[in-house]
Amino acid sequence: MQAAVKYRIGKSTTFKTLVVLLCCLCVLPLIAILGYIIKEGITKINWQFLVNTPKPVGETGGGIANALVGSVMMVSVAAIMAIPVGILCGIYLSENQNKKLAYWSRLSIDILQGVPSIVIGIVAYFWLVKPFGGFSGLSGSIALAIMMLPIVVRSTEETLKMLPPSLKEAALALGMPYHRVVLKVILPCAIGGILSGVILSVARVVGETAPLLFTAFGNPHMSTNMLKPMQSMPLLIFNYATSPFDDWHNLAWGASLILLAWVLLLNIITKLTTRKWNIQL
Amino acid sequence: MIQATNNNSTITRTESVRVIPANDAPVNIDSKRAKRTFSHIRGENTFKRTLVITAIAMVVLVVGIMLTLVVQSVPSIKALGLSYLWGKTWDPVSNTYGAFPFLLGTLLTSFLALIISVPFSFAIAIFLGEYYPKGWFSNLLKNTVELIAAIPSVIYGFWGLFVFVPLVRSFETKLGITPYGVGIFSASVILAIMIIPYAASMGREMMRMVPSHLKEGAYALGATRSEVIRNVMIPYTRSGLFAGVLLSLGRALGETMAVTMVIGNTSLIPKSIFAPGNTMASVIANEFTEADRTVYVSALIELGLVLFLVTVVINVIGKRIIKRFSN
Repeated sequence: MQAAVKYRIGKSTTFKTLVVLLCCLCVLPLIAILGYIIKEGITKINWQFLVNTPKPVGETGGGIANALVGSVMMVSVAAIMAIPVGILCGIYLSENQNKKLAYWSRLSIDILQGVPSIVIGIVAYFWLVKPFGGFSGLSGSIALAIMMLPIVVRSTEETLKMLPPSLKEAALALGMPYHRVVLKVILPCAIGGILSGVILSVARVVGETAPLLFTAFGNPHMSTNMLKPMQSMPLLIFNYATSPFDDWHNLAWGASLILLAWVLLLNIITKLTTRKWNIQL
Repeated sequence: MIQATNNNSTITRTESVRVIPANDAPVNIDSKRAKRTFSHIRGENTFKRTLVITAIAMVVLVVGIMLTLVVQSVPSIKALGLSYLWGKTWDPVSNTYGAFPFLLGTLLTSFLALIISVPFSFAIAIFLGEYYPKGWFSNLLKNTVELIAAIPSVIYGFWGLFVFVPLVRSFETKLGITPYGVGIFSASVILAIMIIPYAASMGREMMRMVPSHLKEGAYALGATRSEVIRNVMIPYTRSGLFAGVLLSLGRALGETMAVTMVIGNTSLIPKSIFAPGNTMASVIANEFTEADRTVYVSALIELGLVLFLVTVVINVIGKRIIKRFSN
């Protein structure tokens, strides 16, 4: 009897140790990746790196200004397109929970969230690149906007669902028209959750490469024209990392560190907003 | 809540101020009031219509994506038929297209990745859901998991190519097999790291949902902690855990950049798990812009269509299970 109990307790301890061990192991790859990127990247970053465009192979120096500008422009345009639509759709879903359209719309959002990014790239190519005769930053933006939509819609819907219904009822009882109830009462109360969803969606698409391969395509020169091919940070990293030249690898390491810092910063901001407004995403 | 009450009080004040003069001078203001009411109704209708339009737009978007894929892959479906899916050679130069190497590559990398990542995901789920829901290490672990999900896939690919692939290469030299370095195995490990968070965070939520009376009942019967976890918590959360694994699988199937960079990109059928190969997503990424013939392009799109359909099915099933579980 005593031995059996000891055996079971021993098994329980072993199990716990195993779980803790596996958890500790999970932290390792993250440390390895972050450490290596920081180690390789930090020496490459200086002012010249941020304001110059890439030099041809063989010349040292050069920077990633074109990719920085391209990324910021494409992501901003994508955000401008996706945020209003996403928020409005989120409002619809939370206001009409049991309608048929809401069901289909919610299903579409679920599907959209799972669509591989490369497929969105293909589709954007056929919708925007082929008909207009060339790769363009705008088509990349639209592909990114499609990827942002589900996150914005979901976070809006979830946040709005958590607001007490009395809030809306009180406003309606005062004779406020419906659209003003939503825009002036409900949205301001939910702004924290919506904001964190928006930032999260931006963080998600900043690092997306696959939808841009066939849309924005990449551009070795500085370009601010949304209708022409555009460079972006992840595209630059992909193209230069798979090239055989050390100079380009160096550029890619620097760019990786900047992209990583950018993504992490956005995630931390999301975290702080959710903590401030006490929201669960 | 504080914000909410504030908003309410300001609204009450402004509305009452506006209503009072309407009673003093009926004729003039009544028409004004009627106008305002009409404009409100109009605004309301426009607003409601906009909401409906955006909701419809989502459905249209998904249907549009699907239609585009189907329409664009018609040339290849017509030319190659169903044999496309199990054709063993992919040689665009001689106009032969068989998707089997890529289907195999995708399945191999995804399932290997899943096998590697699931123990870690469940360990995290159990650790955060049962053993230590609070504390500094749990916070660290939770943030780690979130960070793993946040790092862009191209960075995983870059790191994999320059740090992990040489490691695998030296490992392969020791084993005495051709030291490619890149290949199915490298891609699976990188993928495994990337998909840990999905099943882990889902599993944690599920573990938290186990009613405490069940656990307490088991403890009262003299069960040890590991017995409670294995015989009460895991059976109770089984469907939820399965859904989490499904969602990770969906991610693994569609993951493009990291895999493309470390899988080696050959269109041959991989002979072992250390051999280079290609997945559906990586072959699209590599060859789409180079494809010159209609059939070639459309064969690639058909791969995209297959990928789309598979991920749709997996995601919808996963979401269904989760919904049923949380109700």
